[in-house]
Amino acid sequence: MSSHAEPLLKVENLRVDYVVDGSSRNAVAGVSFEVRAGEVVAIVGESGSGKTTTAHSIINLLPGNARVSSGSVTFDGTDLTQLTRKEWQGVRGKDIGLIPQDPTASLDPLQRVGEQVAEALTIHRLQPKKAARQSAVRLLEESGIRDAPSRARQFPHQFSGGMRQRVLIATALAAQPKLVIADEPTSALDVTVQRQILDNIATLTAERGTAVLLITHDLGVAADRADRIIVMRGGEIVEEGSATAVLGDPQHSYTQQLIAAAPGLSPRRLRPSLSVQNPRTATGGDVVHVFPLVEAKSLRKVFGLPRTAGGARSLTAVDDVSLDIRRGETLALVGESGSGKSTVARLLLRLDKPTSGSVTFDGVDLASAKGERLRQLRRRFQVVFQSPYASLDPRFSVEDIIAEPLRAFAEGTPAEQKSRVKALLEEVHLPVDYGTRRPAELSGGQRQRIAIARALALKPELVVLDEAVSALDVSVQAQILTLLAELQVQESLSYLFISHDLAVVQQISDRVAVMQAGKMVELGEATAVLENPAEDYTRQLITAIPGRVPIAG
Amino acid sequence: MIRYIGQRLLQGAFVLWAAYTVSFLILYLLPGDAVSIMASGDEQNAVDPALVEKLRAEYGLDRPLYEQYFVALFKAFQLDFGLSIKNGVPATQTVAEVLPETIKLAVAGFAVAVLLGSALAVVAAFSRNRWIRQTFSSLPPLGIAVPTFWIGLLLLQFFSFRLRLFPAIGNDGGQSLVLPALTLAIPTSAVIAQLLTRSLRQTLGEPYIEQIRAKGASEALINFGHALRNAAIPTLTMLGILVGNLLAGAVVSETVFSRAGIGRLTVTAVNSRDIPVVQTLVVLAAAIFVITSLIVDLIYPLVDPRINTARGAKV
Repeated sequence: MSSHAEPLLKVENLRVDYVVDGSSRNAVAGVSFEVRAGEVVAIVGESGSGKTTTAHSIINLLPGNARVSSGSVTFDGTDLTQLTRKEWQGVRGKDIGLIPQDPTASLDPLQRVGEQVAEALTIHRLQPKKAARQSAVRLLEESGIRDAPSRARQFPHQFSGGMRQRVLIATALAAQPKLVIADEPTSALDVTVQRQILDNIATLTAERGTAVLLITHDLGVAADRADRIIVMRGGEIVEEGSATAVLGDPQHSYTQQLIAAAPGLSPRRLRPSLSVQNPRTATGGDVVHVFPLVEAKSLRKVFGLPRTAGGARSLTAVDDVSLDIRRGETLALVGESGSGKSTVARLLLRLDKPTSGSVTFDGVDLASAKGERLRQLRRRFQVVFQSPYASLDPRFSVEDIIAEPLRAFAEGTPAEQKSRVKALLEEVHLPVDYGTRRPAELSGGQRQRIAIARALALKPELVVLDEAVSALDVSVQAQILTLLAELQVQESLSYLFISHDLAVVQQISDRVAVMQAGKMVELGEATAVLENPAEDYTRQLITAIPGRVPIAG
Repeated sequence: MIRYIGQRLLQGAFVLWAAYTVSFLILYLLPGDAVSIMASGDEQNAVDPALVEKLRAEYGLDRPLYEQYFVALFKAFQLDFGLSIKNGVPATQTVAEVLPETIKLAVAGFAVAVLLGSALAVVAAFSRNRWIRQTFSSLPPLGIAVPTFWIGLLLLQFFSFRLRLFPAIGNDGGQSLVLPALTLAIPTSAVIAQLLTRSLRQTLGEPYIEQIRAKGASEALINFGHALRNAAIPTLTMLGILVGNLLAGAVVSETVFSRAGIGRLTVTAVNSRDIPVVQTLVVLAAAIFVITSLIVDLIYPLVDPRINTARGAKV
């Protein structure tokens, strides 16, 4: 394609405002860019940068309170901002496809999967119903759904998240659109699945010559996939250029920050790792602790399943897992969703009882501990969960949230509790006056800081971080990881760091345990496991880290 | 599946037994029994106390409570709820005579309620005009707030007395069914409309609706091809309870329009302390609840593929 030809998509001086509580707030402030036919362009930015709003205004699917206040969007020679409602129906799906953010909620739960793909053809009268159904099966096959003829007759709930995204890719590409907008297509998925999905999008669009506008917060993903990268911040484009130029020679300081924050692009360690021979307690010249803080021996957890015709009666979620957590170290527990890593954490925290096997915490058997004794043990191990949106009571003030464990254990007078809360807020680097705010007034990263402060309130020895940074944007993720590394030294904490993301794990852990299908497949020093994995499965996880290719090459 | 239905029927039997027992106790605790009410004429022709005692013995009312209860329960198992104290025919027969009239009324009322309620909800949720949306969504609360008997009286006043379109009272033919059925339908339709409107609005905000729009679907296909089906599911859950509402509504509607039916029979039976008839009605109402909720649960998996009733779980 010659560079003189008209671009497929031309966005000029686009401005979008949201009306919130009667006042207008600017989300996109005069953005201009182009996408040529067959090109892959990535828009990168944090949440709130206006990248999704930009993408949605191209296909006119903005929420009801958003207004395009100026600018034009020209697609294939037509000004899209002038289209009527009826004309839009002919553009959406047929000329421009959309691959959505959350595959789990983006399929009609009551319609068979094949029908949903076929609908993209019948709506535009491209094929009669029967032929469309056959095309749907073919499209599903191309999207990597095995046994497509029978899978097409199933319902969305019978598909995993990754499989649903494949269905949505098949749907978006069904009518052979010239442009596909992929809005954070993999942020809700595991890293290994993420890679497969992105590969799938890349192959299918390359075959068809479809242009792709990829929206992502992860510069690593953009680096792997895009011809050109557009970096957005606060509703404006701060940098734009070919992928190699933006990554190799970033001009704007914000781009440099993003590159530094992307774990795959900038591998590094946040603190020196502890070696086996030389635990931190020993380097301090103190007595070497012979016993690990936590020791789990041949843990097994079997869940009973509801009765099904011919189905299995039980599911072994954790199968013969043994591990120990040493004082002051970070043990990472890695695996895909469903590998049993969260169940292991629940067993270690004594939120669940193992079917067999034992857990000892500082020499005390957790299974036999009961009542007040168990309650007193509990204050020594705390947990931070994945979603800072779901784990904080929205009706509590920040102060009440952090003070709750103190009140539960009647720690100190109300005045002492207040000053402890202040100290904790300072420790997690939040302004002290945030104490009176409510969770809804805080960002995801700030909320996670609150959850960490709450976990630290009782001065625990072990903190379990269950995917604690997985729901956060890459740059916020980096800030929280730095904070965790800092607190670990300050408070001499042990961490059990549960994650599916090896790029994050390499930054913070001393040892890594890899789980697959309930079993422990590998456990060893972080550097050894990550640089020289013994198991195929671990190798797969490592190659799935986005942004690794340009670094290696 | 068969095992599941068996379990549910056992539960149903327990519900029927509990309904029977509770109603038995309540009626026993109320002051005065059937015989003393029959006998309580005016001062002039007071009934001979000896005769009253004899009657009480005949009906078994002089025995201790537990004995009365077990004798009655044993007979109830054989669908014998005793003779109506008022006219001496079996209570079940008294109920069976008027039951078809109430079934007609309830079926007609329910059909109108579903149609009217769905229509209101569809307009309130799908209209592009904000003013129309707001007007139609304020109608259901009004329909729920206004007392049923008042709706009945208004309809009576307007359509029977003013326009003389429909008969004011009685049970003869379809003509006489129209106004009672409407009276019954209006509050029920208001409940359906309110539930369905809320559910539709929520469904329209779901990501998959936006995804269907991104395929290029027309608003009609989105609304009627996808949203309505999804939104109907939570409303379906309420269906069992709505049928119960219909029974309560029938009492009012049949009284206002002087129609024979189990609603009006309930009122007269309670007033005259006709225990056998009241108990038959209570057990009948409980049976209707048990059966409708079983039917709703069996229909569920047909409408929503995610639900497997026999397993009782979302998969």
